[in-house]
Amino acid sequence: MTDSAELPAPLAEIREDFLAVTPQERLQLLLEFSRELPDLPERYAGHPELMERVAECQSPVYIFTELDEARRVHLHATAPEQAPTTRGFASVLAQGLEGLTVEQALDVPDDYPLGVGLTEAVSPLRMRGMVAMLGRIKRQLREKTAA
Amino acid sequence: MAVQTDDSPAFQGFAHPEALVSTEWLAEHLGEPGLVVVESDEDVLLYETGHIPGAVKVDWHTELNDPVVRDYVDGAGFARLLGAKGISRDDTVVIYGDKNNWWAAYALWVFKLFGHDDVRLLDGGRAKWEAEGREYTTDASARDAVDYPVVERDDSTLRAFKDDVLLLLGERPLIDVRSPAEFSGERTSAPDYPEEGALRAGHIPSAQNVPWAKAVGENGTYRSRAELEELYLAGAGLTPGEPVIAYCRIGERSAHTWFALRYLLGFDDVRNYDGSWTEWGSAVRVPIVTGAEPGTVPAR
Repeated sequence: MTDSAELPAPLAEIREDFLAVTPQERLQLLLEFSRELPDLPERYAGHPELMERVAECQSPVYIFTELDEARRVHLHATAPEQAPTTRGFASVLAQGLEGLTVEQALDVPDDYPLGVGLTEAVSPLRMRGMVAMLGRIKRQLREKTAA
Repeated sequence: MAVQTDDSPAFQGFAHPEALVSTEWLAEHLGEPGLVVVESDEDVLLYETGHIPGAVKVDWHTELNDPVVRDYVDGAGFARLLGAKGISRDDTVVIYGDKNNWWAAYALWVFKLFGHDDVRLLDGGRAKWEAEGREYTTDASARDAVDYPVVERDDSTLRAFKDDVLLLLGERPLIDVRSPAEFSGERTSAPDYPEEGALRAGHIPSAQNVPWAKAVGENGTYRSRAELEELYLAGAGLTPGEPVIAYCRIGERSAHTWFALRYLLGFDDVRNYDGSWTEWGSAVRVPIVTGAEPGTVPAR
């Protein structure tokens, strides 16, 4: 498992917050994250073609990775209210990756989702969706920077 | 003491109308002694966003499964779980959930493996309750823990294993409730779901494909007896009362069909093959058929 010391600060902090509480409380924390997932910014709301479906998640979730002028990462995501677990996954990644450089984001270990202590409370099968989401985000970043 | 059954005219044509309750019935009976409402969802956090007042949550992945072996909890584990949830052996349990009650039907089937007598399904599930604007709460349901007896699971009457299916191949009708694309072998998992868990695609030879959703109408409630008979008797060629086995990918969608065959059409011997395609599609040297037709059972 990866060491917090290597992680960008926001992701390390999220991980510590999860690990500091009991597995049951981690579910509550994930629920809070799901409530914090912001709506799509106005400028993207009318552009479904920009959004990529995360097929590995059981519920329809769409993500779009944006690089600003300073080449900082911003993740936008949309998922139905009836899918709080998936919303929670997207929200954790959106907050954890917010404002990172592309290099920092690409250096995030692929197994970060498996290290936040949710696997037992959520089930390994469901956690695969979050691992896949991170994988797709990193692929989008590579595509955007390869151009 | 069992709670009175729902005698809605809509259910009276079914073989076992007492196995279903309507949203109206549940709203009227909430809080009645001897009635426990259980929510069982695909999404592990959905209950926390709001649930039927007083309902307790039972999560299929994390609570009904053994954490190590691919199997359900044992008698002691089930007793611990239900005792902690405040469910007594003689309580009437009404189960509901998301995704048209897939996981609710699955949980109900597991309750039945342990012989819990009075378990009913909320027809239409969470979606119907919600569409009707009925009450939800985020208050945690506090039920006092009780003693639930340790009852050994009966795997011989409602559950089928791979070896049973192999042995009965060609003699016992099989209903494959997956989507046509999974049945024919284009995919190994439902459309919109991750491709996972099986090395080969297709179906078990001789299986009739009746996608689970055909058993419900637009509002998620089960179709009438006449419509279900059209589907499973006329359509899939089942003879009333004959033994039958249903399967899907991991047994959750087929639990929904198992319920329809067992309680709504009155097939006494219906088994759910929970190993389903994730087992059959990865097993060595079991026969598989691809394409839209049931196919023939190889000679042995």
